Amino acid sequence: MTDVHLPSTLLPLFPGLTRHVDVEAATVDDALARLDERFPGLRERLCEPNGLRPHIHVYVDRERADLGTPLRGEGRLDVIAAISGG
Amino acid sequence: MSKVSLLVGTRKGLFILDSDDRHSWRTRGPFCESWPVYHAIQDPSDGTIYVGAGSEWHGAAVWRSKDLGETWEWSGEGIKYPEGDEPITKVASVTAAHGKLYAGVGAPGIFESADGGVTWSLLSRLEDQAAFERFKNPENSPPGRLGLIATVFDPDDPKRFFANVQGFGIWETEDGGSSWTPRNQGLRADWPLEDPAWGYCVHKLVRSPADPDRIFEMTHVGAYVSHDRGASFTEITEGLPSDFGFAAAAHPHDRDTAYMIPLDPQHGRYMHDGHAAVWMTRDAGSSWQRLDNGLPQDGAYLGVLREGMATDTQDVPGVYFGTSTGQIFASADEGASWSEIANYLPAITSIGVAEAA
Repeated sequence: MTDVHLPSTLLPLFPGLTRHVDVEAATVDDALARLDERFPGLRERLCEPNGLRPHIHVYVDRERADLGTPLRGEGRLDVIAAISGG
Repeated sequence: MSKVSLLVGTRKGLFILDSDDRHSWRTRGPFCESWPVYHAIQDPSDGTIYVGAGSEWHGAAVWRSKDLGETWEWSGEGIKYPEGDEPITKVASVTAAHGKLYAGVGAPGIFESADGGVTWSLLSRLEDQAAFERFKNPENSPPGRLGLIATVFDPDDPKRFFANVQGFGIWETEDGGSSWTPRNQGLRADWPLEDPAWGYCVHKLVRSPADPDRIFEMTHVGAYVSHDRGASFTEITEGLPSDFGFAAAAHPHDRDTAYMIPLDPQHGRYMHDGHAAVWMTRDAGSSWQRLDNGLPQDGAYLGVLREGMATDTQDVPGVYFGTSTGQIFASADEGASWSEIANYLPAITSIGVAEAA
């Protein structure tokens, strides 16, 4: 299981969503798909049709990653709403 | 006198100001999770509030409240273009008309909802127009990249409405969005035009609620009026302090009365000489009257954006405007006198009016 850490800005949009969610997934994209099954529409709030939204960054085990990055068993996936100005 | 609420869109969410007498106001908010708000309206048919927004992180959505802001829902379901097309970053305008909702988005396009804003589908991107190849390219979009900044409906025909594309001008459809005709006859441009039919920068188009044939426009270069439902426009800038401004509003009962806020056309884009004023015509633009009783007259370098002014529909209408520095000014007497009813809000993008039925 991957320990997914989500940005707090997502929580008000999806009732029942928590900051930390465990998912079974092979890649970052796969993890977002699993989350989208449980919280329909969630993936679209992190991704555009062409990839991650411009200010959404992902890290796998604290290394900058992208949608295709593989996940390793008990690892950690951080989804960050990056600083976007005042 | 019925209760009046102002729907105040800001860069940091929606605020609502309530009043029973249009003199004493109470501020609520911020709502919509403090997302940047571009436009907020009340659907007069059932009182629901709809808010066009776009989060830098989470994209475009329309928020809605059926209880005047007590509880909120949101949806962006269906508001997207096919993979490979320009992403949609914001809902710049929301319109309720003839039982449906319409969302104008950047990159330019119109989405519609037949279920009260729960789901949306693409209605048109004006693909049949030569200008489409120009305005779909984000490099050609003016600052803000608002895209399709307004849809303005004919009150008598649900298939007939205007679409305003930021920096490109007005188009009209008479078949519900299948085909379009440029409606910019009579407008000026201070720049080379690829085609004289389009390429105009119409900041705000307002239709008189008292006469659907009567339309006012505030543009990048001039104020205009149409007496023929938008088929042609006549410039009415003479008497105003400049030919540049964003905001315009129509009187709800008198087709000849409209309000505009001319601004410094250079880099400042604030009210002239630091003297705050709204300008009113009572004769469809033949003459203008400066309205400044109660507005700050010293050091008031206020800017007002395209959706930043509105009127209510009371017997003696109220006029309201919000500034890009967070003040709201209100008049309960058609603009004859003004008072500041809010300050220290985030930068204001839009003012809408919600009235009890």
